[in-house]
Amino acid sequence: MAEKVFKVTAESGIHARPATLLVQAASKFNSDINLEYNGKTVNLKSIMGVMSLGVPQGAQIKITAEGSDAAEALAALTDTLAKEGLAQ
Amino acid sequence: MSKNITGIAASSGIAIAKAYRLETPNFTVEKYDITDPQAEIERFEAAIVKAKGELEQIQAHALRELGEDKAAIFSAHLLVLSDPELLNPVKDKIKAEKVNAEYAWNETTSMFVAMFESMNNEYMKERAADIRDVAKRVLAHLLGIAISNPSLISEEVIIIAEDLTPSDTAQLNRQYVKGFATDIGGRTSHSAIMARSLEIPAVVGTKCATAEIQNGDVVIIDGLDGQVVVNPSSDVLAHYEEKRERFEKQKAEWAKLVHESTVTSDGHHVELAANIGTPEDVKGVLANGAEGIGLYRTEFLYMGRSELPTEEEQFEAYKVVLEQMQGKPVVVRTLDIGGDKELPYLDLPKEMNPFLGFRAIRLCLEMQDMFRTQLRALLRASVYGNLKIMFPMIATLEEFRQAKAILLEEKEKLQHEGIPVAEEIEIGMMVEIPAAAVLADQFAKEVDFFSIGTNDLIQYTMAADRMNERVSYLYQPYNPAILRLVHHVIEAAHKEGKWAGMCGEMAGDELAIPILLGLGLDEFSMSATSVLRARSQMKKLSKTEAASFKEAILSMSTAEEVVAFVKQTFHIE
Repeated sequence: MAEKVFKVTAESGIHARPATLLVQAASKFNSDINLEYNGKTVNLKSIMGVMSLGVPQGAQIKITAEGSDAAEALAALTDTLAKEGLAQ
Repeated sequence: MSKNITGIAASSGIAIAKAYRLETPNFTVEKYDITDPQAEIERFEAAIVKAKGELEQIQAHALRELGEDKAAIFSAHLLVLSDPELLNPVKDKIKAEKVNAEYAWNETTSMFVAMFESMNNEYMKERAADIRDVAKRVLAHLLGIAISNPSLISEEVIIIAEDLTPSDTAQLNRQYVKGFATDIGGRTSHSAIMARSLEIPAVVGTKCATAEIQNGDVVIIDGLDGQVVVNPSSDVLAHYEEKRERFEKQKAEWAKLVHESTVTSDGHHVELAANIGTPEDVKGVLANGAEGIGLYRTEFLYMGRSELPTEEEQFEAYKVVLEQMQGKPVVVRTLDIGGDKELPYLDLPKEMNPFLGFRAIRLCLEMQDMFRTQLRALLRASVYGNLKIMFPMIATLEEFRQAKAILLEEKEKLQHEGIPVAEEIEIGMMVEIPAAAVLADQFAKEVDFFSIGTNDLIQYTMAADRMNERVSYLYQPYNPAILRLVHHVIEAAHKEGKWAGMCGEMAGDELAIPILLGLGLDEFSMSATSVLRARSQMKKLSKTEAASFKEAILSMSTAEEVVAFVKQTFHIE
């Protein structure tokens, strides 16, 4: 299992557009990928799950991936978050 | 059989085409038992595939017509249709309970809608509408109901709808939509303003267009006289074809005035300007020969998105407009949000009386970061043309002074940072609150100009909601009370050597023009498509003659009296 903690830097948090990008990125992998925020865990391949968290700017989030391509998945998501200026 | 429906003429011209009803049918979902869950799941998956296919087409259309920003929402919609947390429970339900797909889908999506709606955040509540939208599309396929996809229209049509929302109009294909008729709305409703900016004939507020008109009916939209004719006889059709031709001819005549300036028959120049909402509208402004932009509604930069526009984005938009206008005046109104224009991401509490509430300058003076960002963007853009800035909804002098002080502060900061800012930028205000109109003589000492916003000034003076049809009779631009206020504002400006303009619907009205000319209005700002008609009218009017009727008009007692007098005196039908 691979996991990593991020701090959200995007001004309006993880709203529709960032959520779309993350879910699109996560959906490319076979691993089970979850997003944890504020004690709640959701499937990162679920747009509604991710949006329902309402992650604001400054939040601490954790992404975990479990499966054959867990490491690649986490690397790709880290890349997306950094490239779009969403979190670090 | 030919049928006539009367409504409000919202955008001039004649259009003849087949009706296309824009509607969301009522979906009734029944629950029934099934015997073959596997087949039911396959039926469900087929509906998802079809819905996705449609969404991809709509997305491609939005990308082409509206740009990446507006198309992004459809990527999210597509992801909803791939969401395992949504699809799996539906399939499980079909399997476990042996129920039909419609029912399982409806139950599951309703749960999500309820979840988002219950969140304590306007933005999240809006997402419930997205899910409902997507859910409906799938349901339509399951039930075999055709739903309207205005972006997929591929033949010439007249749109028939209860009302057109901004998202409906965003989907319309300008190539094929020749006109529209709606049940509700007035001359200043969103649909009417949209029709004028698209330059397509429209009749709004018909009350019964959707009840009387079926898909495929031949419809005539007479946007000159507010008539809708359904399935006309050949005689009627011929009459309207001739009327359309006459109108097109007249338009061609007006078009010859594009490069002329607006001078009355006795040699007085007045400025005819246009109102715009986005930089794309500048094309229409130039094509119609407007002498400037009298109102740039900046709130569209802030709408239809999920976060505030950055300083850079705004700077680009303002710069483009100023450059394209090549030194002609551009009056930019700072953010006028609140009232009927909400920004979900600001998360403002609902108000009982939003038109009298926390909006426009009131909101900007409170949320100064947002306000200062806009002012900086404007100031930076000022070197690219002839910029004038005005503040909306000013009620007191303190508000104007405070807004102006913030503007000057930002100007100084920029200059300090070595960023160029135009030396002379006129700073003015909208006059739309009766208190400001009454006290115009005091305001005139401190502003560089006034722009009278008649839509709001009338509704506030008459205390009548312009969206409420039952009190729409009180929306009276020609009421002497309104005309006296307008006159007072113009006089007050002139006394201090300032200019006064008008940027409401009234400024472009054929009946209002001779009155306003007589009252001494300096600038008339209207829909771009009205400019040439107004210029042709203005060239035939004498300002001295118009002014000679001033006292008579201002001492009349009813709007009716004013209208009758103006029609007769100036030979207007």
